[in-house]
Amino acid sequence: MGMITKKNILILLSIVATFAVVQVLRTMNILTNFHEITLALICINIILAVSLNLITGFTGQFSLGHAGFMSIGAYTCALILLKYPTMWGFLAGIIAGGIASALVGIIIGLPTLRLKGDYLAIATLGMAEIIRVIFLNIEITGGAAGLASIPRIANWFWMFFFAVISVVFINNFIKSSPGRACISIREDEIAAESMGINSTKYKVMSFAIGAFFAGIGGGLYASYFFFLKPNLFGFLKSIDMLVIVVLGGLGSLTGSVVAAVLLTLLTTFLQQFTAVRMILYALLLVVIMIFRPKGIMGTSEITDLLGRIGRGKGRVE
Amino acid sequence: MALLSIEKLTKSFGGLTAVSNVDILIDKGELIGLIGPNGAGKTTVFNLITGVYAPSYGTIELEVDGKLVSLAKKKPYRVTKLGIARTFQNIRLFKDLSVLDNVRIAMHQRVGYGMPAALTHFGRYFSEEKRLVAEAEALLDVFKLTEKKDELAKNLPYGEQRHLEIVRAMATKPRLLLLDEPAAGMNPNETAALTAMIAKLRHDYDLTILLIEHDMSLVMKICERIYVLDYGVVISEGAPDKIRSDSRVIEAYLGEDVSAPQDGEA
Repeated sequence: MGMITKKNILILLSIVATFAVVQVLRTMNILTNFHEITLALICINIILAVSLNLITGFTGQFSLGHAGFMSIGAYTCALILLKYPTMWGFLAGIIAGGIASALVGIIIGLPTLRLKGDYLAIATLGMAEIIRVIFLNIEITGGAAGLASIPRIANWFWMFFFAVISVVFINNFIKSSPGRACISIREDEIAAESMGINSTKYKVMSFAIGAFFAGIGGGLYASYFFFLKPNLFGFLKSIDMLVIVVLGGLGSLTGSVVAAVLLTLLTTFLQQFTAVRMILYALLLVVIMIFRPKGIMGTSEITDLLGRIGRGKGRVE
Repeated sequence: MALLSIEKLTKSFGGLTAVSNVDILIDKGELIGLIGPNGAGKTTVFNLITGVYAPSYGTIELEVDGKLVSLAKKKPYRVTKLGIARTFQNIRLFKDLSVLDNVRIAMHQRVGYGMPAALTHFGRYFSEEKRLVAEAEALLDVFKLTEKKDELAKNLPYGEQRHLEIVRAMATKPRLLLLDEPAAGMNPNETAALTAMIAKLRHDYDLTILLIEHDMSLVMKICERIYVLDYGVVISEGAPDKIRSDSRVIEAYLGEDVSAPQDGEA
């Protein structure tokens, strides 16, 4: 136990290596603008998928409203950036976006998290629609026209930085006692309550943390793509995120990361076949779900595999 | 002062009165049995004590630091915090989690680090997690489950799952332990071993135990007093010997005295 284990060093090295490889490719001008946009999208999708997995995969609360949280972060960050178009404005906007989104998560979570399964899904879906319609109708967000020429301060470094931070924090959380409390709610809510776990508190906490990171993802999107309109955050966006989470494996952060990378690449690749794009996409999903019904990773993590290789030390965290 | 005092406890579900006017007193350190035919309302009493149901009428009070605290409208997690833990008639383990995680989750309310440490793994995270694992292993040792701490709960054999439920309940550090049919589905040898272990737990951890059980060999052997429920009403109460010979109890279990009409002929 402790911070410095073989496993943690390996993980740190691979994070640095990933960043270094992309950095080298960029300086050698091998990556085009198009590639960079894809990389940025991958990072945003990782943040959104990992945060949704905390809510749906680990805590077991079926949410269809993730795009709503993303949009709150995006608009908050955009409005702050338009006023203070500096690096500090950007960072403040990202954090403020996360906090605003988490607050809305708490306000919405308290009444809706009493619902279970399908009913909760419908309630969260409705919530995301309400948020979208509000953005569509208030002046400060520019209504249907949206917000344009948001200062573009987010770059590849910040994208990567926040994606890593999100994965690390959420991974730490689920390997802590409050995180295990959330997982126990997914497993059996009545038993969890009987073991002293305040299920309402931990459901709302998971919802708030998930919303916080979704807000950060939204903020990054706003600054990188410098244009926002409410229709970007419709029902389909939430579904996209859910597809990534289910495909990667409910309850596996590794799965969410892998699926976010694969599906983003696939979507970008399929853009050249406009006519059959959605058919191919759907077909692929069906095939993967037939062969891996529990998602690509099931509930296992890459660290489990590393642990087994590292002298079969098992699952000691 | 009694540790747990239940007075005139009543619970109705629509037109059905599952528990009616039940009085139960449990002193500190006692081992009490709660028996009765199927559907007598035993598990309902457990659910009322632990806050799963709210009583329709009556009081449930627990002695906490010399004062009586009402449990009537407390949520289950609050009741657990006050020192009551339970097992379930139909095993309710966290099936897809490891044995160790099952126990660690039950220790959650005694974890000494907050959200910042949980998110960053700085501060007291590692020392506290170490303590949790050590404490969990000590409890698992009592039921010889330490070797299996990394197995998924669903992969344990049935008897060990029942044991793990008791370990998990113990991990909340209860003063009063409610066991709902701990010997259900066990063979006579397993039941005997369980009986010994319950006695040991009670002694080692200074526990008070309320036990629902159908296995009379277990109940008669270890319970000091027994309450008998039938159709939601306490029909008899007392030491095992008294219960054994109580005609109302025999009637409840075996039906009306069938030999009665033949008395004249005999």
